[in-house]
Amino acid sequence: MERISILRMGRILIVTIQVDMHDQIAMALQDDLTARIVETGARGVLIDISSLEVVDSFIGRILGNIATMSRVLDAQTVVVGMQPAVAITLVELGMSLPGIRTALNLEKGMALLQASIEADEAAIEVSDAILEE
Amino acid sequence: MPIRSSQDLVLVRQAVRTWSAELKFSLVEQTKMVTAASELARNTLDYGGGGEVTFHMLQDGLRKGLRLSFEDRGPGIPDVELALRDGYTSGGGMGLGLGGSKRLVNEFEIVSKVGEGTRVTVTRWK
Repeated sequence: MERISILRMGRILIVTIQVDMHDQIAMALQDDLTARIVETGARGVLIDISSLEVVDSFIGRILGNIATMSRVLDAQTVVVGMQPAVAITLVELGMSLPGIRTALNLEKGMALLQASIEADEAAIEVSDAILEE
Repeated sequence: MPIRSSQDLVLVRQAVRTWSAELKFSLVEQTKMVTAASELARNTLDYGGGGEVTFHMLQDGLRKGLRLSFEDRGPGIPDVELALRDGYTSGGGMGLGLGGSKRLVNEFEIVSKVGEGTRVTVTRWK
């Protein structure tokens, strides 16, 4: 079966969805991504949906699931590149993608992820220092 | 066009995209129609146990439109009013399929008989 490839860049996994996703591909992505997060200890997941011409409620739910699962595994998800027509349609459909952080493009999404991973690590250092005292 | 598997949903989306592009729908109009079709085709598959979609090009004076009719011989919907409400779901979805797709089109008609099946017809005008 066709699969969506997952690239690794440091502590971030990058997924570019370039096919018209049918259900099995979307479910496989969900499984592959959670496995890769555990395997690589990734702290962030960047999903580029700029080639997606349709996001229906099923794909919306998969994106939401991925964000929730990655959070449980101590990684953060940012979805980037949504087309304007897709955003308009999603809102009218009544879906607000709760729990999903978005950024306009890959570059901004990467910056957002890196900043929040660093903020996370700084918080851990502070709490470690308090414990040592 | 048959709706028997999730592969067919992709084919339905592609067909609706082609037809609405042919009618010179704007990109937003195309996306709305394709998304509505995707939601309704999924309902046909998941709740109706599969079925058919038929396409009609309409001409009303200068107006052109696309009409899609989704038909299944599934269990039917006992309470259509309730099924149209956002957040109501009898399956694992988000409960946006019917109510949501109604908002994405200009005309929406649903006929359902328990034990016989459901037909949802949607139209979008250019």
